[in-house]
Amino acid sequence: MNLPLPLIILITIFCLAGTGLYCLLITRNLIKVVIALQLMVKGAVLAFILAGNLNGQMNTAQTLALTVIVADTIVAVVGLALAVQIRLRTGSLDIKSLSSLKR
Amino acid sequence: MIYYLLVGVGILACAVLSVSSRRLLISAIWLALTSALVAVMIYLLGAAHIAVIELSVGAGLVTVLFVFAINIAGEDTSRLKALIPVPVAVGAVVLAVALGLVLILRANSGMALTAPEPENSVILWQSRYVDLLLQVVLIFAGVLGVIGLLADKAKPHHEEGTE
Repeated sequence: MNLPLPLIILITIFCLAGTGLYCLLITRNLIKVVIALQLMVKGAVLAFILAGNLNGQMNTAQTLALTVIVADTIVAVVGLALAVQIRLRTGSLDIKSLSSLKR
Repeated sequence: MIYYLLVGVGILACAVLSVSSRRLLISAIWLALTSALVAVMIYLLGAAHIAVIELSVGAGLVTVLFVFAINIAGEDTSRLKALIPVPVAVGAVVLAVALGLVLILRANSGMALTAPEPENSVILWQSRYVDLLLQVVLIFAGVLGVIGLLADKAKPHHEEGTE
């Protein structure tokens, strides 16, 4: 089996993003939600670098990837801060505990 | 090519273990390994600068933040029922991945840019200076987030007006 290199990385990217999306859909733990977002963004960074490599525009791709990494880190920081504060206030990391409308 | 294949399989294995692990701390460690392997893949693709940043920020700083937050919030190992049925989630993921693959494979493959690329610093400081401004704003937001992470439990509203 001799797969072309972009296809291998493309499969990796989509499986990484798919794993993150699956976790995002089924989890109810707030910290796991941040982990799922991290996985999806890593796929996006890899996709930027692959596109730069294929087009020969690696500098532009690196600049875009840098912005995405900074944004991803800040999302993680703010998300974890929210999770910690919600845990302190509600005593749980469950997303459902955020709902104030009673069934 | 065997290196790419091995690193790709490693990335996927670490990502699946990160998602499926019951303990949050173990999940964070698997996520750090995923980041490290993504950095290796980026380095193999020729983006050495971003590989270093991904390794130090993704596998270092973010992991420290996760461990810190998990220590404050505590482990919540209770198995919660998923909000939507698992088959529906799997179907949605398969649909999204298939749609993405179709869009990429149908894209025009002959759109490779032929113009000479400027230096990295020129792109960063001149062509995409709005991105830099955005990063500054985001870093301020991150500072506020860290303050929120370190803040004590807020008092309820009815206690504020009593003094």
